[in-house]
Formats: sequence, structure tokens, C-alpha cells
Amino acid sequence: MTTRYFGQPIIRNEDPVLLTGQALFTDDVHLPGMLHVAFKRSDYAHARIRRIDVTAARQRPGVVAVYTAADLGAYWKPGPLLVSPPPVKGAVFNTRTQVPLVRDKVRHVGEPIAMVVAESRYVAEDAVEDILVEYEPLPAVVDLEKALAPDAPLIHEDLDQNLAAHIIQRKGNYEAARAQADHVISRRLYYDHGVAAALENRGVVAQWDAKMRQLTVWDTTQAPVPIRNGLAARLGLSESQVRVIAPFIGGGFGPKIMMMYPEEMLIPWAAMQLGRPVKWIEDRRENFMATTHERDQIHWAEIALTKEGRILGFKDFFLHDSGAYDPYGLTVPLNSQCTLLGLYDVPNYESEFKAVFTNKMYVTPYRGAGRQHGVFVMERMLDIAAKELGIDRTAIRRLNFIPPDRFPYNNEIIYQDFAPLVYDSGNYEPLLDKALELIGYEQFVKEEQPRLRAQGRHVGIGVVTYAEGTGIGPYEGARVQVETTGKVNVATGVGTQGQGHFTSYAQLVAEQLGVDVRQIRLVTGDTAEFHWGTGTFASRGSVVAGNAIHAAAAAVRKKILKMASDELEVAEEDLELVDGKVRVKGVPEAAIDLGTLAAKANPLRGAVKPGTEPGLEATAYFGPERGATASGVHAIILEVDPETAMVTIHKYVVVHDCGKVINPLILDGQIRGGVAQGIGNAFYEKVIYDQNGQLLTASFMDYLIPTAMEVPSIAVAHLETPSPLNPLGTKGAGEAGAIPVGPLFAQAIEDALSEYNLEILEIPLSPNRLFELMQEARARS
Amino acid sequence: MTTSLPIRVTVNGRVYERTVEPRLLLSDFLRHELELTGTHVGCEHGVCGACTILFDGAPVRSCLLFAVQAHGHELMTVEGLSSDPNHLHPLQQAFHEAHGLQCGFCTPGFLMTLLPFVQSHPDPTEEQIRLAISGNLCRCTGYENIVAAVKLAAAKLSGRPAAHLALTGHHAPSQGGGA
Amino acid sequence: MKPAPFAYYAPHTLEEATGLLADHGYEAKLLAGGQSLIPTMNFRLAQPAVLIDLNPVAELAYIRTDADGGLCIGAMTRQAQVEHSRLVAEAAPLLHEAMPLVAHPPIRNRGTIGGSLAHADPASELPAVLLTLGGRVQAQSRRGVRTIAADDLFVGIFTTSLEPDEILTEVQFPPVPPRSGFAVTEVARRHGDYALVGVAAWVVLAADGRCQQARLSFFGVGEGPVFAHRACALLQGQRPEPALIAEAAQVAATADVDPQSDIHASAAYRRHLVAVLGRRVLTTAFARAAGG
Repeated sequence: MTTRYFGQPIIRNEDPVLLTGQALFTDDVHLPGMLHVAFKRSDYAHARIRRIDVTAARQRPGVVAVYTAADLGAYWKPGPLLVSPPPVKGAVFNTRTQVPLVRDKVRHVGEPIAMVVAESRYVAEDAVEDILVEYEPLPAVVDLEKALAPDAPLIHEDLDQNLAAHIIQRKGNYEAARAQADHVISRRLYYDHGVAAALENRGVVAQWDAKMRQLTVWDTTQAPVPIRNGLAARLGLSESQVRVIAPFIGGGFGPKIMMMYPEEMLIPWAAMQLGRPVKWIEDRRENFMATTHERDQIHWAEIALTKEGRILGFKDFFLHDSGAYDPYGLTVPLNSQCTLLGLYDVPNYESEFKAVFTNKMYVTPYRGAGRQHGVFVMERMLDIAAKELGIDRTAIRRLNFIPPDRFPYNNEIIYQDFAPLVYDSGNYEPLLDKALELIGYEQFVKEEQPRLRAQGRHVGIGVVTYAEGTGIGPYEGARVQVETTGKVNVATGVGTQGQGHFTSYAQLVAEQLGVDVRQIRLVTGDTAEFHWGTGTFASRGSVVAGNAIHAAAAAVRKKILKMASDELEVAEEDLELVDGKVRVKGVPEAAIDLGTLAAKANPLRGAVKPGTEPGLEATAYFGPERGATASGVHAIILEVDPETAMVTIHKYVVVHDCGKVINPLILDGQIRGGVAQGIGNAFYEKVIYDQNGQLLTASFMDYLIPTAMEVPSIAVAHLETPSPLNPLGTKGAGEAGAIPVGPLFAQAIEDALSEYNLEILEIPLSPNRLFELMQEARARS
Repeated sequence: MTTSLPIRVTVNGRVYERTVEPRLLLSDFLRHELELTGTHVGCEHGVCGACTILFDGAPVRSCLLFAVQAHGHELMTVEGLSSDPNHLHPLQQAFHEAHGLQCGFCTPGFLMTLLPFVQSHPDPTEEQIRLAISGNLCRCTGYENIVAAVKLAAAKLSGRPAAHLALTGHHAPSQGGGA
Repeated sequence: MKPAPFAYYAPHTLEEATGLLADHGYEAKLLAGGQSLIPTMNFRLAQPAVLIDLNPVAELAYIRTDADGGLCIGAMTRQAQVEHSRLVAEAAPLLHEAMPLVAHPPIRNRGTIGGSLAHADPASELPAVLLTLGGRVQAQSRRGVRTIAADDLFVGIFTTSLEPDEILTEVQFPPVPPRSGFAVTEVARRHGDYALVGVAAWVVLAADGRCQQARLSFFGVGEGPVFAHRACALLQGQRPEPALIAEAAQVAATADVDPQSDIHASAAYRRHLVAVLGRRVLTTAFARAAGG
């Protein structure tokens, strides 16, 4: 029996270097003669720049250069549009992308105006204080609803309004469905700003070797290959002259896939200008101001139902806050639009959104990437419907689930990958059943809750569901190679930010080659090792790169078997790959180790057979025709102290289906980490801009990430409905934990405070906001 | 006197003599002067805990100390636990076995916060562990496996057999839909 | 986020330290634990020209009782030492109970009791504890030594009555009379955060069970710790029945405090919490006084 690696909870290959402080993060790159950068950033959200005086800064000892937009010359040009608008009829999209340094007008607080390069970061920051900027302040556009008012100040003056995009998508005929409905419910729902706040801030180090004509860039990016291509184009270099390394990355969660940030355009350029290595490491304050944000949306939703609670149709209009620019296209609002439909059979859907420009940091995906908003809207509307129709909230969900015999299920709208939103597979009732069992729904509702309520305690239960489009294209690739040492090298183009790729990918290879997982050396995120790729986003690593690696490993396996069959003079079917050897089944001593085979595959003299490639190596690519849809149910029991409005979580359950699982240990960690971010998003974290667009939450003192005291123990269970869209049957899971926590909190808090008859239509909450909602409810009754 | 000052600091048992500007943060001194880059910097205002090291045996934020203040003191960084990936300290090993890290950026700070804790708490309760790490932010794990790692480390260090750790969820094939 | 340059002095004696402070006066900042000062410097919100580091002044770190049973703590004693001191637990139970609420363990390993008081953050626990216990601090300068009562120490937001040349050297807590009860509690967004509202209480019962003395201070609701005079007066000489306790807490909320709104909590929510936490903390303190 050969050892199975796929599906095993194998502890991680990457841990030892991380645990001993030996892993290389971007700020760990030390190069001789390295210079350090600090940025003068805008103090205003919206202002015209009258004058920039860098004279004093340039004169400060230790300062090597100070650059403004004027100093960039022809290098000054706006960043690329990463994702073009979807092929939706009538789509409006106004491309306005970020600039390396502001030339005439600042559009958000923290936008870079000047770059100081100095012998140390300390001196660079001293010099930033020397820079004088004369601003002509303009009124700031902060409020999402006012941004499109006719008298709103224009952020991009060449547009006639602050409209970034306008999209309408339809399935069926909502108005006709509404006309037949027994019950129609409309609400306004609000989802506020948040940030990813990875523990590692961003950073870029660049080195130009003038003799080798070679640029090397270390970058905290989730997408090294596109950064390499973008830099080569900008700098007039060949792609082969630029090597981008995404080393160990201290958490990504989405904002590190934005490209190109102004700093990514500037640091390599400065290194070439100055002929010395240049480093910029973002600090926490900059991270809050100048790393992309997410989440501001206002929805006006309407649901039409039968009196039994069956959904006849759903209509939604929403405003999406793009921030000052829209380099990431419409990924986030499209996710909101598409994910709203959830696990439910919604025969008629009409969804319209407008993305608007505001004077805030621009918005790009952050874990969940707009899916939260859609789930929040649908789940809240179902809760309200259940209440108004007198149906149990789990029953209304069950009633509307897409039944297992309806897959593939076509939602008839276009998803973020521009493919039709067709769910590949799913089986939703068992998910709900399992979640109800694990949370103890019946027992809680019938016994525990009444008992605790009688004691004056306010405990509530919540159960919500979600679908997640994952594993989208276009493609990833990988190269698998058996060395003559018998070790196996694997290279892929995606970056890795803690997801355990060094282990899960190695498992896929080990499964094919029968090599110990620890013998497999994996390189991710180094463009010198693999030329092609798009990046780590949209919960796609295990699906897209995973299947590419699987395909490459399978091809190498084939080569091995063919060669070994010749060498051992046995049929391929009679061979097995075990412990780094190929051996004859049932005759363990008749074996040849992979290293020897690899040496034979790369002979130094003689001739190889015509049509044979040297070496035990294969490169393969995988591109799914469309994304795989994962699904799940979260359940919670929590308690509210109605006097202080403080919330305590007693129990948390996730039941999740992401198809075939490569490594359950890693998967559960991804889920739990996602939930922790979801809890932050639901009750602790909130980015606050004042009416002038000043950021009031630019530190960890004010932006509250949950600690071990706020995040409970989380029970995780999985069901496996394989995806038919890829050979491994996997679906993505990286974002699942974070997506449904907002509506879960809202539902459970309403339940805990049932006598107040609250209706929570916004996220994030806070004790203060909950207190206000309770006061308002009291005043109403 | 904004000029540089000579300091003599013991880090992980080794004595270093350097001349530093008074304003140089201890975190920067360790990382960029001594190239002990295992200590990470996440916020530089004392909240995230990634830069936590031992200062005369007690966990402190190295971003909230100046290097000059370390003159004459003994420090320990994560490299002092073990800097050899092939030979982990029991605390590091416990994090490895319990999957107590993902991106690993916050991990050195957790380890240094926890070393005196596990040495003085042979059988800590979950509540004690959560309080002990309440000043360290982790954005990846949701903390649960860190708590498990601490229990495991305490058991390893006190020579007790580790209680069975339920590390994985329930997995069941689904009968339904698709394909 | 790197601090601006400064001149650094590391005196080893109190005499040296007061001398340096006298020489540099307004330009200088004293560096104690640095857990509030250094973040402020890293953000460049504070840019002192001179930093006088009190950490090498060994004579400022001690915990001892005086002849009449009061507790004296040297200003540079680490918060962690105060937290784990048996002497403190016995002689100043309220201080002992408050220590775990101060930030997180690694912060308390470095933070000092004197530094926290001199920093006078209106949301921090220790100033309110000192005020509740009617404690005092000793201040020393080249000009001499004086004692400042807690009532006179906290004069505004991040402001004390210490003169620019004075160093807070010792914190003094009076002895605990019999039939005393203490309690401290707070509501913070996360464990270890500065309190949205917090409150510390000390009550003494007379032999007949009436309230002989009630002392109640709130934090997070004013420019410094706020002593709830009106609430305390209401309790004086009365039986601490639940209704009276609730009334006193309500009086504190309406008449003693004047909280402000910020991004974490509105004034109305804070005022509401004053009534809730005031009631809870008094109830606990009276129960403890009666029971022990």
C-alpha cells in the first residue's frame, strides 16, 4: 500500500524557518549601500496643490534625493487598470487609476506627493517634515449618497459626475414576480469601511545591477508575475531583465494583490536612477492611509415571496464606494451582486449598482471581496421575511435551497471572472443539518434559551448560509522536476502569504511521485523560477495552481513510469512509486530510485531517443472554464449584556463544503482565521473618515483587531461535494470564514434581545451602536 | 548629545558592542544593526506585539525601547530559542505540531511572550493562555491553534504527556448534487 | 514611524536626575516605562529635545509599607511588579485588582506606576485608583521634596500639577481601615484597551452597617479621573440598599460626570455606562465590606 498524502493533515513544511526567525520577509532584505525611502503624503482628502517646496529637504544631511511628480518626467503616468469592466450590456465604466506622485490635485488623505531617499529611514522621515506643500483645500466627497448629487464637488473633473461605474444585471422578470407575490419587503442596508490590516505592512526593495542590466525587486505582493510585467513595460526593460521576488509575506488578504501601488512604481525607478539599492517599508500609519480599503456599500433591497416563504424574486440597487480611483475594476461590487443569491433558488433577480468616486483610499478586494455585502443583504432579508411570515429562520432557508438535482445551476448573470454565474455542484441541506446538530439548535431553542432567559440572561442563536464563487481563472502553471539528488523541485507563479502552499502543493506532488512531502522543495513567487501566472486571489490557490501542479506532477509520474519500465523491463502497470523509488509491485528489491532515473534521463554522453525530452521534468497549466462554488453554514450562540451592550460569544460552528480537501489541518486554520476577521468586521473594526475626509482610525489603538480574548474556539466540520470543473475536485476556501459573520451577529443579537424587537440593518456594529439601536427601539415601543 | 552613544548589549548570550543614535528603536537595532531579523515590526506603537523580545527575562515590546536603553542588559530574541530549523525548541515544535502559525509574521512575538509563561505554567488553563497572549495580534489563525500550541508546549516542557489534540474537523463525503 | 532626534541622558541617581531636569526644564521629557511616551514619539506627535531616562535610577524601584501600615511604591516600580506583589495585594487590594486591567502583560513588564500617574491619561485606571484611595505622590526637584494629594495632582487632560523640574518619585496609599470594601471595573472595546468607562470604588461600613465612607472615581469620562462627589455624599451615613446604590450611580451619571463623545463611544452611552458600572461596582464593594 502506498502512502497517501492527499487529504492528510500534514504539518507544514514552511514552519521551521518561520519559527526560528530564518524566513526572509521583504524588510529582512539588507543590501550594501541600501537607501531608505519615506513619503510626504497628503494631509488633505481633496485639495489642489499650489506649490511644493523640497529645498530644505534636499539640503538635509543624509538625504540623497527628493522627487516630486515634476521630477519623474516621462516616467509619470497613471497605474494600469487591472480588471476591465464585465461584458454586461449597457455597462458604464470610467477608468481613473492612481498616479505615482500627485501632480496637481490630491484625492485622498495619504496620497503620495513627494518621495525622499536618504541614508536611513530616520533621516528620510526628518526630511519629510522639511517639505512644504501649499494646498488649496477643496470640499471633500465622503458621504456615499451625496457623491452623486448634482452639486457634489468633482473628484475627477473631466467627468461630469463622480460616477465610476453603472451596471444592471437581470435574471427572469422581477416586476412580474413581484406582481404575483403575497409578500414584499424592502429595506435599506448599510455595510461600512474596513481594512485588511495584515500584520506585515507593505514593502518594496529594489536593486539595479548596472553591469548585468538586471533589476531585482523584493515586493510584498500577492502577484509577482504581473508586477514583473508591469515594471518591465514601465521601465523600458525586457521581462527577462526584471526579477520580482515575493518572499515570505506576513499576510495578504487581498490588498497586496492591488497593483501597481505608487510605491511599486517608484522604488525600482529610484534604484535605477541612483544606482543604489532602495528600500521602502510601509509603516502602520501609512498602511491605514495608503493600502487599499474595502466595504462601503448602501443597498436598497426588495424581496418578493409567497406566503409560505418561497422566494419569487429579489431586487437590489446599491451604491458602491470606489474611493478615489478604480484600478481594480468592478470585482468587488460584482461579487456583491452575484454572491447575494447565495444557496437559494431565486427565479427572478434584478440588480443594479453604481460605483462612485469619493475622497477616500481606493477600494480593492479584501478577504471576501464584496461577497460579505451580498450575503448580508440576502440573509438579513430572509430573517425579516421569516419574522414577518411567522416561519422559522432555518426553515425559510431550507425551503429556498437549490436542490441537489438542479446542478449545474445557472444564475443567468455574469460573475467577476466574466463567465456566467453557474454553480458547479452543491448539496446544501446536509450542511444546514450538520450545523444545526453541532450548535445544538433544537436543544438551545427549546430548553437552554428559555431557561437562561428565565434567569434574566440574554442569549441568542444565529444560523446563516453563504455561497462563495472561488477558484476562478484565467490560469496558473507549475513546473515539477526530479533532481538527480532524488529531491523534487516545484515552481509556480502564485505568491503565498501563509496559506500553507509549501505543504499542500507538496502533498499533491508527493501523491503522484511517492516522495516524502519534506523532500519537496517548493518555490512560489519568484519570477526567475516561473515565468507565468496571475496571482493569489479569489480563493483560487488550491484550485487553479493546485490543479496545475497536480497535472505537472502527473506528467512527471508518467515519464518516470515509462523510463523505469524500460530500465526494469517490466510493464508500467506493474510498477509503483514509493519512498522515492520506482519498484516492481510485490518485489520491493526490484527498484530504482528517482535520483538515479533522473540522472539517466539527463545523460552526459550518448544519445536520447528521438522525441524524448531530457530530465524528469514537466510544466503544466490549468485554467478552469469558470469558478467553483463553495458553500457553508455558520452558527453562533452569543450573549448580550443589555446594560453595557457588550457581546460574548459562547459557541461558534462552521460547516463548510469546498469539495475535495487537500490538507484538513490547513483548511481548518484558513476557516478559523477567516472567522476571526469576520468577527472583527462584525463588531470591532471600523474605518472612520470625518466629514472632511480625515482618517480618524489610523492606528491599532483605534482600529480594533480582535485578540485571543474576543475570538472564541470555533468548531469546524466539512462536507465534500467535489467540483466537476477540475481533476482534483477542489473548491477554494480562503475567504469562507470571513464572509457571513456580519449577518450572523445581527441575527443572533436580535434573537438575544428579542424583547427589544431590533432590526439590525448595518455592519459593523459596536457596543455604542448597539446601545443606540436599543435606545431607539425603546423609544419606538 | 543627539550624537551617537556606545552601547554594550548581550543578545542570545552573545555580547555586541555598537555605537548608536539615541533615537534608534531597539527593534531596528536588532533587525538592521545586528541583522537578527526574526524579530518583526508590525505597528511601532506597542499594540501588535510582533516585536516582543525578552529584556532581562521579561517580555517587552522592542519598538517601545530605544537601543541605548538596552545598554548593559540581556536580551533574547526568537533566534535565541533556536535559529536552526532542524532543531526546534519545544515551544517552537509545539507551534509546528499544532499548526499555530500561518503567515508566521506575528509568531516570533508570540513565542517570546510565551516562553516565560510556559516555563512558569506547567498546566495552564485556556483562560490563562488567552490572557497571556491578549497583547499579541494574529491576523491569520483565529488564535485557536495558538492556544492549542501553548498547551502542547507546556506539556512538553513539564514532561507531561500531551493531552490528545483534536486538530482536524470532521470530514464526510457528501451524497449530493453536481458532477 | 521613527522618532525625531533628541539628546539622551541616563542618570543613575535621583540627584543626578533632578539636576538634569533642572538644567533642561521645559525642553526635557522624563522617560519612565515609555509605553505611552515612545508611541507618541514614534508618531512624531511628541518631539522632546531632551530625554532623561529614569530607568537606571535604581533607588526609585521599591514596594514597602510605612509605620502606620500605608503602602509606598517607588515611581519606577514596574506595573508587573505591583501586580504580583503580595504586599500590594494585602495593603492596597484595589490597586491589586486594577493592575490586570492595565493594558497587557508585556506592557506592564515595562510600564511603571509613576509613569502612568504622571502621564495622567483620563481613560487610564491608576489615576482613578489613586484618587479613590485618597493617595498621594511625592515630587522631588533640586528645590526640594513635596507631597501632592491625588485631589491636587490631576488637573486636566494629560496634565498634572507637577512642575517642569519635578520628578514624581513615590506613590503613597493610606492604610486600609476595617470593614473596607473595594471594587474596580470597566468597559473596554477589547480586553486591555483603554476603558470607554471605568470606575473604582472604596467603601467603609460603620459597625451598624451604614455607609461610613464611600469613595468613587470614574475614568474615561472627563479630563482626568472624576471623583463622584455627589454620589458619594448621597451614600454617606445611609444603609447601602440596592435602591440607594442605584440612585447614587444615577446621580453620578447625571451630576458628577460630563463625558465627551469620540469615535468609540458617544457621551450618552458613556453616561449610561457610568450609571450601570457605578451601581455594579458599589454593589460589589459594599458586599465585600460587609463580608470581610
